[in-house]
Amino acid sequence: MQAEGAAVSGIAVALAGGAIRGSIPYIFVSLGECLTEKSGRINLGMEGVLLMGAMTAFGISDWSGSPWLGVLTAAAVGALLGLLHAGLTELPRVNDVAAGIAMIVFGSGLAFFFGKRFVAPMAPQLPVIDFGGWSSDPAIHSALRISPLFFLGIAGAFTLHYVLANTRWGLRVLAVGDAPEAARSMGISIRNKRMVATVIGASLAAVGGAHLTLYFPGIWSEGISGGQGLMAVALVIFARWSPRRCLAAALLFGAAQALGPSLQTAGITGYYHLFNASPYLLTLIVMIASCSHRKTLTGMPGALAAARG
Amino acid sequence: MKAVSLADITVSPAGNKTTPQRRMHLAGLESVVIPVGALLASMIVFAIFCILAGANPIGVYASIYKAGFGSWYSWQNSLLRAAPLMLCGLCTVLPARAGVLTVGNEGAFIVGGLAATAAGLATQAAPAAIMLTIMAVTGGLAGGVWIAFAAALQHYRGVNAVISSLLLNYLGLALLLQLVEGPMHDPGSLNFPASYAIPESHHLGVIPGTRIHLGLAFGVIACLLAWFLLERTVWGMKAKITGGNSRAAALVGLPLGRIVLLAAFLGGACAGLAGMVEVAAVHGRASQSINAGYGYVGILVAFLARQSPLRVIWVSVLVGAMVASGGILQRAHDLPDATVAVLEGIVFVMILASESLYGRVPLFQRVSDAG
Repeated sequence: MQAEGAAVSGIAVALAGGAIRGSIPYIFVSLGECLTEKSGRINLGMEGVLLMGAMTAFGISDWSGSPWLGVLTAAAVGALLGLLHAGLTELPRVNDVAAGIAMIVFGSGLAFFFGKRFVAPMAPQLPVIDFGGWSSDPAIHSALRISPLFFLGIAGAFTLHYVLANTRWGLRVLAVGDAPEAARSMGISIRNKRMVATVIGASLAAVGGAHLTLYFPGIWSEGISGGQGLMAVALVIFARWSPRRCLAAALLFGAAQALGPSLQTAGITGYYHLFNASPYLLTLIVMIASCSHRKTLTGMPGALAAARG
Repeated sequence: MKAVSLADITVSPAGNKTTPQRRMHLAGLESVVIPVGALLASMIVFAIFCILAGANPIGVYASIYKAGFGSWYSWQNSLLRAAPLMLCGLCTVLPARAGVLTVGNEGAFIVGGLAATAAGLATQAAPAAIMLTIMAVTGGLAGGVWIAFAAALQHYRGVNAVISSLLLNYLGLALLLQLVEGPMHDPGSLNFPASYAIPESHHLGVIPGTRIHLGLAFGVIACLLAWFLLERTVWGMKAKITGGNSRAAALVGLPLGRIVLLAAFLGGACAGLAGMVEVAAVHGRASQSINAGYGYVGILVAFLARQSPLRVIWVSVLVGAMVASGGILQRAHDLPDATVAVLEGIVFVMILASESLYGRVPLFQRVSDAG
């Protein structure tokens, strides 16, 4: 009975730690996607951006010895990919979704190309903030070694919320995303607002990618993002385009992702692959539950609703 | 969502005096010249990339050509890769023509292969032809249901089919890994988990005189059938109307749901059949090896072919050659095998960018006005 209780609490601790750890890429990508979609454009290419961010951060950290420089460079590379996506979707007759698929292929191709030489070594990692020093339990201790990017992500969510709700620029982005024609008649440049939102959004997503390679175990592999960039797009729909709700949703997705590994540490190894697939299943269920043809989703930017037809 | 580029809708301003035939002809020319131009532009960008990566682009292109078309041996290599690409390309093409963009090709390929393996193992006592037929039908059914599910989610629930079908790819892979390590696991395959093998004597044969398996014939026939279905039947017309303007299609009373689901089912069935071929002709069993990426490259094929089944045939051969050259780039030019992925990415972006040129190239328009 006691052993069983210990196993359950062990899974719970591992799950909580995994949720915090695993949520970080989701937080950054979903915030980036949220901003992009608020301006009335979808960026499905976040998977490519995430991979490029992960690879760049790893490479630069390995080369310069400074993980923070890695994060910054990743953000810059993400911005460039965002610029390409924005440029592509600005062209007439180019569909956002198709452009996203192309950007996934392009971004992952580049990341695999440059990442080939990084498969073996370990780059300097970001420092962790240790909140678990008080506990003698190694499981709790390791669960509470939290990356500073987690707090940056939380700050980012509240900042984005504030910017969108209270600043001139943010309100204009909302106007462009909700009612492009009205915004145009007010003299707001749709192209300019969407371009900037897409670039900043992709740059944020790339920081999420940096977390993948600069936090324990800190290695680069081609399967490292495993569709998280894609799931973050679904997450934004689930969070109803609210940056603060993105935070909560990211924790949920992080926990789903930690489910497989947590059960494994607790010795439950059957159906390992199926448990590992739980984030994909969760995303699919969330999408089915939250989408509807009959009514426009609450919080959905008007331009996206119109494009859906 | 808007319909994906339909090559046959030409831009012709009202009052244009060209005859319909002439316009069709020009549109045909336009839809060849623009993709070829985009390909050439991608080659230039990729050449610059090669120079930056420290390789001689002319040498690289020569190697790609040699690996793809340099000899009968390399032709066979390209054609072997073209076979699954044709079937996987159709997986995006068919639903796209009915207005639903899906990219679940990889997942449909995997579940098709899995289902075909299970069916093959269950019927291995039967003669080869019967077992292979059952495998093909089961694989096609599995792939078809897989993609139809994504299309149904979009049609009835408004769930973006691109996102759901990509998620299904990951779920398909998880299913494969779980099954070959669990219920279908052959204890003999210790280091590399795989299912039991279908009898060697029951493998899918080759085209006489070559080492190309019959999958190529499946691919070509499927493309021709898809062309006939879309261009020469009433159903194809209905599908095109649905894809072009679903509201108008609903107004004239077309059963949108049935059309979309059938198109998605047929597309998925093609990818599932490709999975069956991969098992029955190449690996003989289900394992992680059947997750070879043909599904993802199939998306590129569909876009390069601008969602036209006939063009899928030669685009697949071209892309098959590109895929076949991965190894030689590594050996001859010290470039990682992911170089081909970079080329694919550049081609994809360029092809998409070239979409904006249709109906806007002065040359075609001028001829059109004069005609």
